[in-house]
Amino acid sequence: MLTIDQATHDAIIAHARRDHPDEACGVVAGPIGSDVPARFVPMLNAAMSPTFYEFDSGDLLKLYREMDDNDEEPVVIYHSHTATEAYPSRTDINLAGEPGAHYVLVSTRDGAHESGPVDFRSYRITGGEVTEEEVRVVAAYTGVAPDPTTKHRQKADD
Amino acid sequence: MAIQVRIPTILRTYTDGDRVVEGSGSTVTELIDQLEADHTGIKERLVENGEARRFVNIYVNDEDIRFTGNLGTPVADGDTVVILPAVAGGSGV
Repeated sequence: MLTIDQATHDAIIAHARRDHPDEACGVVAGPIGSDVPARFVPMLNAAMSPTFYEFDSGDLLKLYREMDDNDEEPVVIYHSHTATEAYPSRTDINLAGEPGAHYVLVSTRDGAHESGPVDFRSYRITGGEVTEEEVRVVAAYTGVAPDPTTKHRQKADD
Repeated sequence: MAIQVRIPTILRTYTDGDRVVEGSGSTVTELIDQLEADHTGIKERLVENGEARRFVNIYVNDEDIRFTGNLGTPVADGDTVVILPAVAGGSGV
Protein backbone atom coordinates (compact mmCIF):
# COMPACT_ATOMS: atom_id res chain seq x y z
CA MET A 1 0.00 0.00 0.00
CA LEU A 2 1.10 3.53 -0.78
CA THR A 3 0.24 6.15 1.81
CA ILE A 4 0.62 9.65 0.42
CA ASP A 5 -0.49 13.03 1.67
CA GLN A 6 -3.09 15.03 -0.24
CA ALA A 7 -0.74 17.90 -1.10
CA THR A 8 1.85 15.63 -2.72
CA HIS A 9 -0.85 13.63 -4.50
CA ASP A 10 -2.29 16.86 -5.91
CA ALA A 11 1.17 18.18 -6.85
CA ILE A 12 1.85 15.06 -8.94
CA ILE A 13 -1.46 15.50 -10.78
CA ALA A 14 -0.79 19.22 -11.31
CA HIS A 15 2.62 18.42 -12.78
CA ALA A 16 1.12 15.81 -15.13
CA ARG A 17 -1.52 18.28 -16.30
CA ARG A 18 1.01 21.05 -16.80
CA ASP A 19 3.28 18.93 -19.00
CA HIS A 20 0.49 17.25 -21.00
CA PRO A 21 0.72 16.06 -23.80
CA ASP A 22 4.32 15.23 -22.88
CA GLU A 23 4.90 12.77 -20.07
CA ALA A 24 5.74 14.31 -16.70
CA CYS A 25 8.07 12.61 -14.23
CA GLY A 26 9.60 13.00 -10.82
CA VAL A 27 10.20 11.44 -7.44
CA VAL A 28 8.99 11.86 -3.91
CA ALA A 29 11.90 11.30 -1.59
CA GLY A 30 11.61 10.21 2.01
CA PRO A 31 13.82 9.14 4.90
CA ILE A 32 15.50 5.78 4.23
CA GLY A 33 13.35 2.94 5.51
CA SER A 34 10.43 5.20 6.42
CA ASP A 35 8.19 4.47 3.41
CA VAL A 36 6.97 8.06 3.80
CA PRO A 37 6.97 10.09 0.57
CA ALA A 38 7.85 13.44 2.10
CA ARG A 39 9.78 15.62 -0.34
CA PHE A 40 8.22 16.25 -3.75
CA VAL A 41 10.84 16.60 -6.49
CA PRO A 42 9.41 17.22 -9.96
CA MET A 43 12.00 16.39 -12.61
CA LEU A 44 12.48 17.56 -16.17
CA ASN A 45 11.59 14.97 -18.78
CA ALA A 46 14.77 15.15 -20.84
CA ALA A 47 13.03 13.20 -23.62
CA MET A 48 10.25 15.83 -23.81
CA SER A 49 8.03 13.22 -25.41
CA PRO A 50 4.38 12.17 -25.20
CA THR A 51 5.45 8.50 -25.11
CA PHE A 52 8.73 8.42 -23.19
CA TYR A 53 10.35 9.95 -20.14
CA GLU A 54 13.89 10.00 -18.87
CA PHE A 55 15.58 12.04 -16.18
CA ASP A 56 18.51 14.04 -17.50
CA SER A 57 21.67 12.19 -16.43
CA GLY A 58 23.15 15.26 -14.72
CA ASP A 59 19.90 15.94 -12.87
CA LEU A 60 19.78 12.28 -11.85
CA LEU A 61 23.24 12.40 -10.28
CA LYS A 62 22.39 15.63 -8.47
CA LEU A 63 19.15 14.14 -7.16
CA TYR A 64 20.87 11.00 -5.82
CA ARG A 65 23.59 13.09 -4.18
CA GLU A 66 20.96 15.22 -2.48
CA MET A 67 19.11 12.15 -1.28
CA ASP A 68 22.37 10.62 0.00
CA ASP A 69 23.19 13.81 1.88
CA ASN A 70 19.70 13.83 3.43
CA ASP A 71 19.61 10.08 4.20
CA GLU A 72 16.70 9.79 1.80
CA GLU A 73 15.64 7.34 -0.87
CA PRO A 74 13.16 7.58 -3.74
CA VAL A 75 9.99 6.39 -2.01
CA VAL A 76 7.84 7.23 -5.04
CA ILE A 77 8.87 7.44 -8.69
CA TYR A 78 6.05 8.90 -10.73
CA HIS A 79 5.27 9.59 -14.36
CA SER A 80 2.26 10.24 -16.52
CA HIS A 81 0.78 8.49 -19.50
CA THR A 82 -0.96 11.04 -21.65
CA ALA A 83 -2.90 8.88 -24.11
CA THR A 84 -3.12 5.49 -22.39
CA GLU A 85 -4.17 4.07 -19.04
CA ALA A 86 -2.21 4.51 -15.83
CA TYR A 87 -0.68 1.04 -16.02
CA PRO A 88 3.02 0.20 -16.49
CA SER A 89 3.96 -0.35 -20.12
CA ARG A 90 6.47 -2.94 -21.27
CA THR A 91 9.04 -0.10 -21.36
CA ASP A 92 8.18 0.91 -17.80
CA ILE A 93 8.66 -2.66 -16.60
CA ASN A 94 11.93 -3.21 -18.47
CA LEU A 95 13.46 0.02 -17.21
CA ALA A 96 12.24 -0.05 -13.61
CA GLY A 97 15.49 0.24 -11.66
CA GLU A 98 14.35 0.86 -8.09
CA PRO A 99 12.90 -2.32 -6.61
CA GLY A 100 12.08 -0.57 -3.34
CA ALA A 101 10.09 2.29 -4.86
CA HIS A 102 6.38 2.77 -5.34
CA TYR A 103 5.90 3.41 -9.05
CA VAL A 104 3.04 5.88 -9.40
CA LEU A 105 1.35 6.32 -12.75
CA VAL A 106 -1.23 8.94 -13.57
CA SER A 107 -3.18 9.24 -16.79
CA THR A 108 -4.18 12.55 -18.34
CA ARG A 109 -5.91 10.94 -21.32
CA ASP A 110 -9.45 11.69 -22.50
CA GLY A 111 -9.40 15.32 -21.40
CA ALA A 112 -8.26 14.60 -17.85
CA HIS A 113 -5.45 17.09 -18.37
CA GLU A 114 -8.06 19.85 -18.31
CA SER A 115 -10.74 18.71 -15.90
CA GLY A 116 -12.31 15.77 -14.19
CA PRO A 117 -10.72 12.93 -12.28
CA VAL A 118 -7.16 11.80 -13.06
CA ASP A 119 -6.35 8.13 -12.62
CA PHE A 120 -3.69 7.84 -9.91
CA ARG A 121 -2.37 4.31 -9.38
CA SER A 122 0.62 2.74 -7.69
CA TYR A 123 2.67 -0.38 -8.39
CA ARG A 124 5.65 -2.33 -7.24
CA ILE A 125 7.85 -3.39 -10.14
CA THR A 126 10.49 -5.98 -9.29
CA GLY A 127 12.16 -8.52 -11.50
CA GLY A 128 9.77 -7.83 -14.37
CA GLU A 129 6.71 -8.41 -12.16
CA VAL A 130 4.08 -5.74 -11.66
CA THR A 131 1.95 -5.69 -8.53
CA GLU A 132 -0.68 -3.02 -8.17
CA GLU A 133 -1.21 -1.72 -4.67
CA GLU A 134 -3.83 0.32 -2.88
CA VAL A 135 -3.31 4.07 -2.65
CA ARG A 136 -4.31 5.74 0.59
CA VAL A 137 -4.45 9.53 0.49
CA VAL A 138 -4.19 11.18 3.89
CA ALA A 139 -4.48 14.80 4.99
CA ALA A 140 -1.06 14.60 6.66
CA TYR A 141 1.34 11.89 7.83
CA THR A 142 1.10 12.75 11.51
CA GLY A 143 -1.12 10.31 13.33
CA VAL A 144 -1.47 7.95 10.38
CA ALA A 145 -1.81 4.36 11.53
CA PRO A 146 1.09 2.18 10.38
CA ASP A 147 0.38 0.25 7.24
CA PRO A 148 0.32 -3.44 8.20
CA THR A 149 1.48 -4.47 4.71
CA THR A 150 4.71 -2.49 5.03
CA LYS A 151 7.76 -4.02 6.64
CA HIS A 152 9.11 -0.70 7.81
CA ARG A 153 7.66 1.33 10.61
CA GLN A 154 6.37 4.70 9.53
CA LYS A 155 8.64 7.38 10.83
CA ALA A 156 5.72 9.79 11.18
CA ASP A 157 4.39 7.59 13.97
CA ASP A 158 7.53 7.62 16.04
CA MET B 1 44.30 4.19 -2.51
CA ALA B 2 41.71 2.73 -4.82
CA ILE B 3 38.80 3.80 -6.95
CA GLN B 4 35.56 4.12 -4.98
CA VAL B 5 32.56 2.74 -6.85
CA ARG B 6 29.03 3.52 -5.67
CA ILE B 7 26.67 0.67 -6.38
CA PRO B 8 22.93 1.32 -6.89
CA THR B 9 20.35 -0.65 -4.90
CA ILE B 10 19.40 -2.86 -7.83
CA LEU B 11 23.00 -4.09 -8.29
CA ARG B 12 23.79 -4.66 -4.62
CA THR B 13 22.81 -8.30 -5.02
CA TYR B 14 26.24 -8.62 -6.69
CA THR B 15 28.10 -6.89 -3.86
CA ASP B 16 26.60 -8.61 -0.82
CA GLY B 17 24.58 -5.49 -0.17
CA ASP B 18 27.57 -3.14 -0.15
CA ARG B 19 26.79 0.40 -1.28
CA VAL B 20 30.40 1.20 -2.05
CA VAL B 21 33.10 -1.15 -3.32
CA GLU B 22 36.69 -0.52 -4.27
CA GLY B 23 38.21 -1.18 -7.64
CA SER B 24 41.19 -0.50 -9.82
CA GLY B 25 42.12 0.00 -13.44
CA SER B 26 43.19 2.74 -15.81
CA THR B 27 39.95 2.94 -17.79
CA VAL B 28 36.31 2.32 -16.99
CA THR B 29 36.53 -0.90 -19.03
CA GLU B 30 39.39 -2.17 -16.89
CA LEU B 31 37.60 -1.10 -13.74
CA ILE B 32 34.47 -3.03 -14.76
CA ASP B 33 36.54 -6.11 -15.64
CA GLN B 34 38.12 -5.96 -12.22
CA LEU B 35 34.71 -5.51 -10.55
CA GLU B 36 33.49 -8.55 -12.45
CA ALA B 37 36.34 -10.61 -10.97
CA ASP B 38 35.10 -9.81 -7.44
CA HIS B 39 31.38 -9.55 -8.17
CA THR B 40 30.51 -12.05 -10.87
CA GLY B 41 27.62 -11.01 -13.06
CA ILE B 42 27.84 -7.28 -12.57
CA LYS B 43 29.53 -6.62 -15.91
CA GLU B 44 26.62 -7.95 -17.89
CA ARG B 45 24.38 -5.41 -16.17
CA LEU B 46 26.65 -2.54 -17.16
CA VAL B 47 27.98 -3.45 -20.59
CA GLU B 48 26.29 -4.73 -23.72
CA ASN B 49 28.14 -5.51 -26.97
CA GLY B 50 31.23 -3.76 -25.68
CA GLU B 51 29.42 -0.53 -24.84
CA ALA B 52 27.90 0.92 -21.70
CA ARG B 53 24.22 0.02 -21.57
CA ARG B 54 21.88 2.73 -22.78
CA PHE B 55 19.90 2.84 -19.53
CA VAL B 56 22.76 2.71 -17.08
CA ASN B 57 24.56 5.93 -16.21
CA ILE B 58 28.20 5.80 -15.15
CA TYR B 59 29.89 8.91 -13.79
CA VAL B 60 33.58 9.43 -13.13
CA ASN B 61 34.08 12.29 -10.67
CA ASP B 62 30.55 13.53 -11.46
CA GLU B 63 31.01 13.48 -15.25
CA ASP B 64 28.78 11.19 -17.28
CA ILE B 65 31.17 8.98 -19.25
CA ARG B 66 29.05 9.53 -22.39
CA PHE B 67 30.75 12.91 -22.58
CA THR B 68 34.26 11.83 -21.62
CA GLY B 69 35.06 8.82 -23.80
CA ASN B 70 32.52 6.22 -22.73
CA LEU B 71 34.12 3.01 -21.45
CA GLY B 72 37.53 4.32 -22.49
CA THR B 73 37.29 7.15 -19.97
CA PRO B 74 40.47 7.16 -17.86
CA VAL B 75 40.24 6.48 -14.15
CA ALA B 76 42.86 6.62 -11.41
CA ASP B 77 43.27 5.92 -7.72
CA GLY B 78 41.27 8.39 -5.67
CA ASP B 79 38.55 8.77 -8.29
CA THR B 80 34.91 8.26 -7.45
CA VAL B 81 32.71 6.33 -9.85
CA VAL B 82 28.93 6.39 -9.47
CA ILE B 83 26.64 3.92 -11.20
CA LEU B 84 22.95 4.84 -11.46
CA PRO B 85 20.22 3.13 -13.42
CA ALA B 86 18.41 5.60 -15.65
CA VAL B 87 15.02 6.64 -14.36
CA ALA B 88 13.08 6.22 -17.56
CA GLY B 89 10.03 4.62 -19.11
CA GLY B 90 6.85 5.74 -20.76
CA SER B 91 3.79 4.55 -22.58
CA GLY B 92 5.87 3.76 -25.64
CA VAL B 93 2.94 4.08 -28.03
